[in-house]
Amino acid sequence: MRGGRGHARGAGPGLGGLDPYLGAPYIWGSPIGVASSPIHMGQPHRGCIQPHTYGAAQPHIPPPRTHMHLKDIYGPNVAAAAFTLSLGGSVRYEGQEQWLRPHGPWQERVLQLRSVPVWGLDLSACPVTYSGLGSLEPLPHLAHLDLSACPHVDDWTVARMRALAPSLRSLSLSRCPRVTERGLATLHHFRELRHLDVSGLNVPSPGLVRILLEEMLPGCRIVGMELDTPPKGTT
Amino acid sequence: MLRAVAEGGSGGCRGCRGHWGAPHPSAPPYPSELGLRLRLMGRTLQDQLSPLAPGTGSWGPPGVPRDPQPPEEADVVVVGGGVVGWSVAYWLKALEARRHGMRVLVLERDPTYSRASTVLSAGGIRQQFSLPENIHMSRFSASFLRNINEYLGVPNEPPVDIQFQPSGYLFLASPQDAEGLEATVKVQREEGVQVTLLSPAQLKDKFPWIDTEDVAVASYGLEDEGWFDPWTLLTALRRKAMSLGVLSCAGEVRGFVTSAEDLMPPRGPDPLSARIKRIHVYMQDSLEYQPVTCAIVVNAAGAWAGELLETAGLPEALRQPLPIQPRKRYIFSWHCHDGPGLSCPFLIDTTGAYFRREGIAGNYLGGMSPPEEEEPDPSDLSVDHSYFQEQVWPRLARRVPAFSSLRPGSSWAGYYDHNSFDRNGVVGAHPRLSNLLVAAGFSGHGLQHAPAAGRALAELVLKGRYETLDLSRLGWSRLVQREPLVEGGVV
Repeated sequence: MRGGRGHARGAGPGLGGLDPYLGAPYIWGSPIGVASSPIHMGQPHRGCIQPHTYGAAQPHIPPPRTHMHLKDIYGPNVAAAAFTLSLGGSVRYEGQEQWLRPHGPWQERVLQLRSVPVWGLDLSACPVTYSGLGSLEPLPHLAHLDLSACPHVDDWTVARMRALAPSLRSLSLSRCPRVTERGLATLHHFRELRHLDVSGLNVPSPGLVRILLEEMLPGCRIVGMELDTPPKGTT
Repeated sequence: MLRAVAEGGSGGCRGCRGHWGAPHPSAPPYPSELGLRLRLMGRTLQDQLSPLAPGTGSWGPPGVPRDPQPPEEADVVVVGGGVVGWSVAYWLKALEARRHGMRVLVLERDPTYSRASTVLSAGGIRQQFSLPENIHMSRFSASFLRNINEYLGVPNEPPVDIQFQPSGYLFLASPQDAEGLEATVKVQREEGVQVTLLSPAQLKDKFPWIDTEDVAVASYGLEDEGWFDPWTLLTALRRKAMSLGVLSCAGEVRGFVTSAEDLMPPRGPDPLSARIKRIHVYMQDSLEYQPVTCAIVVNAAGAWAGELLETAGLPEALRQPLPIQPRKRYIFSWHCHDGPGLSCPFLIDTTGAYFRREGIAGNYLGGMSPPEEEEPDPSDLSVDHSYFQEQVWPRLARRVPAFSSLRPGSSWAGYYDHNSFDRNGVVGAHPRLSNLLVAAGFSGHGLQHAPAAGRALAELVLKGRYETLDLSRLGWSRLVQREPLVEGGVV
C-alpha cells in the first residue's frame, strides 16, 4: 500500500519515524496528509523505483481503515496542528494568545481544539516539504505562516501554497536556501498578504526583485532585500 | 589505482590487466579467500574498462576525431541523443536496477546539438492538453522535475537546478473557440489538473496589462506549469545515464540489416515480420561504418524519425512510414521596458501567438506557429525576421499594449517533430519489425513529455507492458488503422 510502504522504513509505531522526504510523520498508526508522490522518497534510490499509476487501468482498491488520513477522521485543524507540532513547530489558534508548543502532551489539547480554526503556524527550521504541504491545504482561516530557514522548501513548495492564498496575511520565507525569485513570482495569488519577509534569500539583484515584488503585491509590506544589503555570507 | 591501469591499457602494460588477479611473487601468501576477492575485483575492473579498450588511448592519427567508436555489439541502441533518447537510456538503466546489466548505446550524429529540437525549445511544461495521455505524461514529467535530484543526482557532483519557473500557462479563447476551451478544461479537471477558467473581467483584474478585447474566456493553469532550462535537463539525464553505464557515441545510422535477408530468395508470400540484426553506424566525416549488432533499436530521432525509417536496409514489404517531418519554428526575444511583471504566465493568444517572460530584467521571448500553407522551408535554420515584424509583433502588441514599443533581441529557429497525421507523439513498437520501438512526433511538446515517454518505453522493453503510464493509444496501430488521435492544444 502506498502510504504503508513509504512509512515502513525507519518509522516506528507511535511518535517515531520522522521522515523528512515524505514530510509527514507516522503518528497514531495512520499517516497524515500523504500527498501522492511518484516514488517512495523515504527509501534510498537503489536503482529500483516503485511504480505509481497515472491513469493506468487498474481497479481502485480503497485503502484499509488504518491508513485513512487524520484529516478525514478529525478535520483539517487537527491534521494541520498535529503535522506542525510533530515536526517541531508551533500552532496558534484563533482567539488564543499563547502559541501551542511541541513540548509536553499536546495531543489532547489539539483534539480538544478540533473545531477552533488555526490562525497561525510557525514551521521555522522544520523539515517540511512539498508533499507535507498537503496537510495544510484546507485551512480557510490561516493568517500567519512562518517558513523561515526551512531547508526543504523550494520554488515548487512556494507555488503549492497557492491554496492558502485567500486568507494568508503574513508570510515569512526568510533564509530558505532553496527559494529563488522564481518561486516568489507565484506569490501574486496572495491578495490579502500584508507582511512578507524575504530577507536572506539567494536571488540575483535583490533590489530589482524587491521592486518587482512591491509592484506585484501593492498592499504588502516587504521586509528584506534592501538595495544596500551586503551579499549573503558577509557581515 | 584505476587510472594507472587505464593508462597502461593502451600502452605497454596491456599484458598486466590479464595478470591483475595473480598475487605478487614476493608478497606474503594471502589467504585464498582474499585472493579470490582480488580476482573478482580484477574482473570487475576489466569489465568497466573493456568499453574503453581499443581506440580510446591518447594517440591517434592527426586529424581524425578521437570520439569513442561504437562497440561491435550492444543490447539496446537508442538512435538520437536528444532529451527523449537520453530519457529512454536513463530509464532503461534505472529500472533495470542491476549493475553490468544490459549494454545501452546512444547514438547522436550531431554532438554539438546545433539542430536538435531539445536545446532550441522554449522550455515550457503544461498540463493543459485535450488528450488524457498527454495530461498524464505531463504530470509524470512535472513530478519527475520536481524531484529531479532524487532521480538524477550523482554522488559528489553538484545538484541539478533546472531553474523551473512555476508561473503557469494562460490560454485565451475568442468567442468562437470558447466552447472548445471549456470542453477541454472539463476533460483536464476530470484528470485532476488544477486549472481555472477566467472571465475577461477576472483576467483584467489578475493581469492588468492584458487587453481583453475579443477574449471570451481564458484558462489558467495553477500547478506544475511553467518553464525550465532544457539544456540542464538534457545534461543531467546524460550525466546520470552515463554514470549508470550507458555508452554514448557520435555517429549516424544509415543502414539496417534485418533478418528478412536470411530468407532464401522469395518463394511464397513476403515476410510478415522481421527483426533488425545490425545497424550500420557511420562516423562523422567518414565513409567508414561500424556494424553494431543489437537486440533492440529505439528510434528517438525527433524531427528525423520519419527519415530514419526511409534508410536503406529495411525491407520494402515491411516498411511502415512514420508521418513525422521537421517543421521550422522561430523564437524571437525582445526587451520591453514596462512590460508584464513577475506574475506573467506563458500566454497563448487567441491568434496562436505566444510569449513568456525570460528572467527578471524585462526580457521576453515568444513566437507563433504559422498556418499550414505558410510553413517555412525546413532545410536550414535561418531566421526570417520579417515574420516577427509582420506577424508576431502586431498580434502581441494588440494583446499587450505595452509591447507596442519594444527592442528586438536575438532570435533563433528550431524544429518541431511534427506528426502530420494527428500532431501527437508516436510511442511503441513497430507493427512488423519486432525489435524497433519509436518515441517521436510530439509536435512541439516532446521536451515536457520526455521523462514520461522514456519511462513508458523502458517499461515496454524491460517488462513487456506499460505499468506507470498507459500509452497504448499512442502506438503505431492508430497510424496503421488510420484512426487519428487529435491533440487540440498544439501551440
